Amino acid sequence: MVPMSQTLSIAVVEQDHERALMIVDGLRDAGNYEITVLGDVVGLARRLAALAPDVVLIDLENPDRDILDALTLASGPSDRPVAMFVDRSDTGVMRAAIEAGVSAYVVGGLSRERIKPVLEAAIARFHVMARLRNELEATKAALEERKTVDRAKGMLMKAKGIGEDEAYALLRKTAMAQGRKVVDVARALITAADLLR
Amino acid sequence: MTLRLTCGYVPLLDAAPVILAAEIGFAAEEGLELVLRREMSWAALRDKLIWGVYDAAHMLAPVVIAETAGIGVGAPLDAPMLLSVNGEVIGVSPELARAMGARDFLDARSVGEALVAAARERTAGGRLRIGVPFPFSTHAALVRYWLDRLGGDYELQTVPPPRMARAMAAGEIDGFCVGEPWGSVAVEEGVAELILPGAAIWQFAPDKVLALPRVTAETDREPVFALMRALWRAARWLAEPGNAITAAEILSRAEYLDLPAELLERPLAGRLVVNGAGDERRVPRCVEFFDGAATFPWRSQGLWLAEGLARMTGAAPGPLRAAARVSFRTDLYRAALGPIGTDLPGASEKLEGAMDVPTAVASTLGRLVLGPDRFFDGSAFDPADLDDASDRA
Repeated sequence: MVPMSQTLSIAVVEQDHERALMIVDGLRDAGNYEITVLGDVVGLARRLAALAPDVVLIDLENPDRDILDALTLASGPSDRPVAMFVDRSDTGVMRAAIEAGVSAYVVGGLSRERIKPVLEAAIARFHVMARLRNELEATKAALEERKTVDRAKGMLMKAKGIGEDEAYALLRKTAMAQGRKVVDVARALITAADLLR
Repeated sequence: MTLRLTCGYVPLLDAAPVILAAEIGFAAEEGLELVLRREMSWAALRDKLIWGVYDAAHMLAPVVIAETAGIGVGAPLDAPMLLSVNGEVIGVSPELARAMGARDFLDARSVGEALVAAARERTAGGRLRIGVPFPFSTHAALVRYWLDRLGGDYELQTVPPPRMARAMAAGEIDGFCVGEPWGSVAVEEGVAELILPGAAIWQFAPDKVLALPRVTAETDREPVFALMRALWRAARWLAEPGNAITAAEILSRAEYLDLPAELLERPLAGRLVVNGAGDERRVPRCVEFFDGAATFPWRSQGLWLAEGLARMTGAAPGPLRAAARVSFRTDLYRAALGPIGTDLPGASEKLEGAMDVPTAVASTLGRLVLGPDRFFDGSAFDPADLDDASDRA
């Protein structure tokens, strides 16, 4: 049993430094915890054994999760039993954790009430990080698309001796006529031009 | 009406039936929209299956038994068919391989004895550290069966397949047992030599299964049966030697395994490049998807895996045996695949390890040939010998 008075120790397994900091911030807001970040996965099992945290948080998609899963079996006489945290009374929390992409491993004897705020803070942070990642990817994609359209416009301007607005209008007209996106028409034009070069 | 199922998989050669069922059109023929999702870890795939993010999964056979017995997350799963037999390779560091001297690639006893002897001299504390993809895996079961019988001193470490080569390079492990193509990848990277195929330990070892949450198998059979028919046809297609190149090309794509096609084609064709010098070895049934009733989930195979799980976890064998009996769903296999002309075996349990040569057995169409299925030590596993077998009879 972990006594109530003792500060809960949490290990966060995360290679990305910024992501790790975000998780740590989220946990600090949620309560008074002793938090360690394990950024380098070499010898993860050994380092976790030495650290002996009460809770381990790890990205669900992290392949090193399988190492943590294996730790749940490696219970020598001196080892503390570790288990993946499963809240059977609240499948909503489990589903939320899976969708946010976080999994928690806890030592035996730790009460659900003490783990829940940790998990909820982690879920909130993982959601924010997932949103940021999606936004970043969307921004990158939008930038790529603009570059592609600009290049196609330039090709049309040069080939047909027309202005920028006219070139864009031509791309848009073609796209509408074919039921395609402007960027797809631009991409097709660039590919064709590369082939003909 | 279109049926729709989401199936998760881990990027391995033996995910081929799942990927090809979607790519070659076997699922579409069944009116099934098969959505594939790649996962980099077995634990993540298992969790998404259990919490309903996925409908079905390409899964390590022992995971289904362990989960059903309440080990792990502890949610009951079903395996209505096998997706692959064999396909594991064992490799060690080039230094250890050199110390082992000349040997026969298919002789598990002599290779194992050479390894045990070399490890005494060349590893820290004389103890072999062997990477396996997951604690509940056929890989772990085979290594334990093999080295326990040869007096090996070893420990198993869990290393996700795509990280096996890196773990070797970092010196975290001395060797591994992993599914192809990740053993070949380690050879390509110069950090390992392959010393033995899993098929040399047990000639017909069940490796991956189609896994479903128990509730799906009970309540929503039509999409599941459509998926099973598509997977069975994909497996039959894969068994045609002429299709290996096409299969390798599809699997090699960035969205699937994202590896060179030649690395995938070799093991599909039963060939392995074993070391940096490019030496090649032929392996019968290197990975088997179809022949010899490879898709049939024999309860006796499940029981063999259950015995291994009991020894490894120290759990009582009773619940694990019961889990193997209920989760290897031969009833679903018969119901789904009988109507499309699959030659169904008369029995659902058999003596494992008793066939030296291909052997005809009783079946619905009378054409079924099984085996060989020997264990390297010549022993056989008879499910009727289990001490609780008589209680059930």
